[in-house]
Amino acid sequence: MVELGAACLIAAPFACLYAVGAALVGARRGDRRLVVSSRRAVYALCALLTVAVVVLEAAFVRSDFSVALVADHSSTTTPLGYRLTAMWSSQGGSLLLWAWVLSLATSAVLYLTRNRHRELVPYATAVLAGLGLFFTVLMLTAGGANPFARLDAVPAEGVGLNPLLRHPAMAIHPPMLYSGYVFWSIPFAFAVGALITRRLDSSWIRTTRRFALIAWILLGIGILLGSRWSYSELGWGGYWGWDPVENASLMPWLVGTAFLHSIMVQERRGMLRVWNVSLIVATFTLALLGTFLVRSGILESIHAFGASTVGTPLLGLIAVVVIGSAALIVSRVDALRSERRIESLVSRESVFLINNLLLVGLAAVIFWGTFFPLISEALTGEKSSLGSPWFDRYIAPLAIVLVLFTGIGPLLAWRRVSAGALWRLVRWPLVAAVAATAAVAMLTDAVDEPLALCLFAFAFFALAALAAEFWRGASAQRALTGGGPFGALGRLVGRNRRRYGGYIVHTGLALLFIAVAASSSFQTSRDLRLRPGQSAEVGDYTVKYLEPTQSIDPKEQRLSFGAVVDVTRDGKRYALLHPSRNYYSTSSSDATIAGFFEGEATSEVGRKTEASGDVWMAMRPDLTSLDGVIAAVDRRLERALPRVGPQGPTPEQVDAMRDYTAQQGQAIRNLAALYVTNPLPIDLRVNVNPLVIWIWIGGAIAVAGGLIAVWPAPEARRRRVSDVYAARLARDLGRA
Amino acid sequence: MLAAFVIAPLRRPPREVAEGEEDAAIADLEARKEALYRQIRDAELDHQQGKLSDADWQSVDGDLRRQAIEVLKRLDAARRAHQA
Repeated sequence: MVELGAACLIAAPFACLYAVGAALVGARRGDRRLVVSSRRAVYALCALLTVAVVVLEAAFVRSDFSVALVADHSSTTTPLGYRLTAMWSSQGGSLLLWAWVLSLATSAVLYLTRNRHRELVPYATAVLAGLGLFFTVLMLTAGGANPFARLDAVPAEGVGLNPLLRHPAMAIHPPMLYSGYVFWSIPFAFAVGALITRRLDSSWIRTTRRFALIAWILLGIGILLGSRWSYSELGWGGYWGWDPVENASLMPWLVGTAFLHSIMVQERRGMLRVWNVSLIVATFTLALLGTFLVRSGILESIHAFGASTVGTPLLGLIAVVVIGSAALIVSRVDALRSERRIESLVSRESVFLINNLLLVGLAAVIFWGTFFPLISEALTGEKSSLGSPWFDRYIAPLAIVLVLFTGIGPLLAWRRVSAGALWRLVRWPLVAAVAATAAVAMLTDAVDEPLALCLFAFAFFALAALAAEFWRGASAQRALTGGGPFGALGRLVGRNRRRYGGYIVHTGLALLFIAVAASSSFQTSRDLRLRPGQSAEVGDYTVKYLEPTQSIDPKEQRLSFGAVVDVTRDGKRYALLHPSRNYYSTSSSDATIAGFFEGEATSEVGRKTEASGDVWMAMRPDLTSLDGVIAAVDRRLERALPRVGPQGPTPEQVDAMRDYTAQQGQAIRNLAALYVTNPLPIDLRVNVNPLVIWIWIGGAIAVAGGLIAVWPAPEARRRRVSDVYAARLARDLGRA
Repeated sequence: MLAAFVIAPLRRPPREVAEGEEDAAIADLEARKEALYRQIRDAELDHQQGKLSDADWQSVDGDLRRQAIEVLKRLDAARRAHQA
C-alpha cells in the first residue's frame, strides 16, 4: 500500500514535465490538442497526488511505523484526529500538502477556463505545472523530504505528535496557511500568461479574482488560528509576537489585500496595470518566502523546524520567480501603461492607490524587521534582531491611517464625488466618530495612549461610515422593491455580494483593529510568585492561589500540575480559574521521570472571557525542590530496568519489564501526590486584556464577508439581472 | 490508464478540437458583458445613494452603456459566425 503512494509520487514529476512541455509546444504551434493534453496531465497529477495523500493518511491511521514520517510524528496513543493532521507537522508531509493543494487548485482553474483565454491558458498551465514539478522533485531529491521514506528497523511505537500541536487550531492552521499560499499561484500564473501573450486587459483578472479572494480568506483564517493558538496555548499571554514566521504569513496577506483592491481599478477604469502585475508577483513571492522561512530554519522562530535541506532550492525558486517576472514586466511596461488618469483625488481610485501604498509600506516595514538579523549579519558580521517595540513603533502609524481609509473608501464613488455629496456622505459618520471618541476619552484612560485613541477615532468613523452605507443601500432597495428593512438589507447584500461582502470585511477588520489597540495598549500584566493562600493585586482584580491540583493521563502520557486560583473584583468572586502546566513523557518504555520535565511542556491557560475583556493566566510550578526526589527515583528505576540482549528479552526479563513499568507508573503517581501534599510556589503570569475577544469576532466577520463576496450568485438570479440590463440596452442597441 | 487519458486528445483530428475556438471567444465576451452589467448596476446604486451627481452618473452610465453595446454587437457577430 505504501509502495503505491511512493510510486504515485515518483510518477508525479513526469506528469508535470509533460504538462509543461505540451502546454508550451501547443501554444507555440497553435495546436489545441497539445494544450488539451497538457490540461489532462494536470488532472492526472491531481489524481496521483490524491492517491499519495490518501495512502499516507492511511499509514498514519494504521500507525504504520515502517514509514519514517509516521514513526517520527505519531504514536498508537495519539488520538485519531491528530493522527490525521500529523502529516503536515513534518517537512515531507507539508511539501506533499503544498503540491496536492496546488494540483487541486490548478485542476479547478483549468477546468473552469477550458473554453476561455485560449492564448493565455497554456502559459499559465506551464507555470503552474512547473511549480508542481519543483515541489515533487524536491520531495524526491532533498534529504529528509520524502514523505514515503521507509525505516529499516521498524519501531514498536512512534515518537508521537509534538505536544504543542495537540490543539484543534494547530490541526487546521497549517493547511489553511499553505492553501492560502498555494492559491496565490493561480492569479500569478495567469498574470505571467497575460504578460507573455500581451493580453493585458482585465480578462485574466476576472477569471482569477475568485481564486485570489479564496487565497486571502484561507491565509486570513490561518493567521487568525495561529494567533488564537498562541493566545490559548503558549504561556506568554499574547496573540502576536512579530515572530518571523508569523510575519511571513502576514506579508503576503497585506500585499494580497492591496492586489484585491487594486484590480477593481483595472477592471473598471483600465488603470494601475503595472501595479497589479507587480502586486501579484510580490504576493506570490512573499508566499514562497513564507514557505521558505517555515521550512529553512534560517531565522529563529517558535515555528523553527530546524535547519533543513529544502531552504536553498526554495530560495532558488524565489530567485527565478522574481527575476523572470521582473524581466517580463519591464519588457511589457509600455503596453501596461494606461492612457487614463485618476480624475479626482476624491474618488475610489485614488483611495485604492493610497491603500496600495499603505499596505505595501506595512509589508516593507515588516520585511525589513523580519530579515534584519540576516541583513545585520551580512553587513556587520553580527546577527541583531528587532523586537516587538520596533515593529509597534513603525507599524502603528501606518495601520492607523489604513483604518481611516477602510471607512473612506466605501463612501466614495468611482471617478469623482462632488464636494457637496462628499459632505453629505461623511457628516454623520464624522459626528458619530467624534461623539464615540469623546465618550471613550471621558470614561476610560484612553487619553494616556494618544495613538490608540486616534485609532479608535478612525475605526469609529469607519464603522459609522459602513453602517451608513448599509442604511443608504437598504433604503434604496426598499424604495425599489418595498418590504421591511431587514428583508431589504438581505436583498441588497444578496444582489451585490462583491460590494457588500467587501463592506462586511471592512467592518470585521475595523472591529479587529479596535480590539488589537485596546488589548495591547491597555493591557495590565503582572508576573507573580505565590504559595497557596497568598494573593496579589492585578489591576482591578485580586488573585489568590487557593490550592494545587494534579492529574495523570496515561493515554496521552501526560502529567499535569495545576492550580486553583480565585479571582475577585470589588470583594466579589469574578472567576475561579484552573491554569495548569502539562508535561509529556517520551513514549519509550525506559523513559525517566526527569524526562517528563526536560521535553516540550504546554500550558493550559486559565481564562475568563467577557465582551469587555479577558482575565488570562498561565502558571509554571517551581519544581527545583523536587530535583533531588526525581533523581533518586530515577536511580532506583534504572537499577530495576532489565538489560535486554540482542537476541531479545528472556521470559524472566519480560516479567521484570512488566514490574518496571508498574514501578514507573507508581513513581509518577507518588510524584503527583507529593506535588499536592507539599505545595510548591508557582510562577503565575496574570494579564487583563481589554476587548481581546473582538479580535476573533472581528476576524470571523471579515472571513464571513469574504465568503459572501466570493460566493457566486445563483444562476437563475444572474440570468434575471442579465436579462434586465439586456432589455435596457436593447433600446440603445436599436438606436446605435 | 492515466497515460491513455492524457494522450487521448492527440489522436483527435485538429478540426474537432479547433471547433471550440468560437466557444472561447463567446465565453470571453459573455464574461466582459457580465462585468459591464455589474458596473452599470454599481453606478446606478451610487447615484441612488447620492454619491454621484446626475451629470456624473449620466456620463459614467453612458460610457459603460457604449462599451456594453460594443460587446453585445461583437457577441452577436460571434454567435452568427459560430452558427454558420
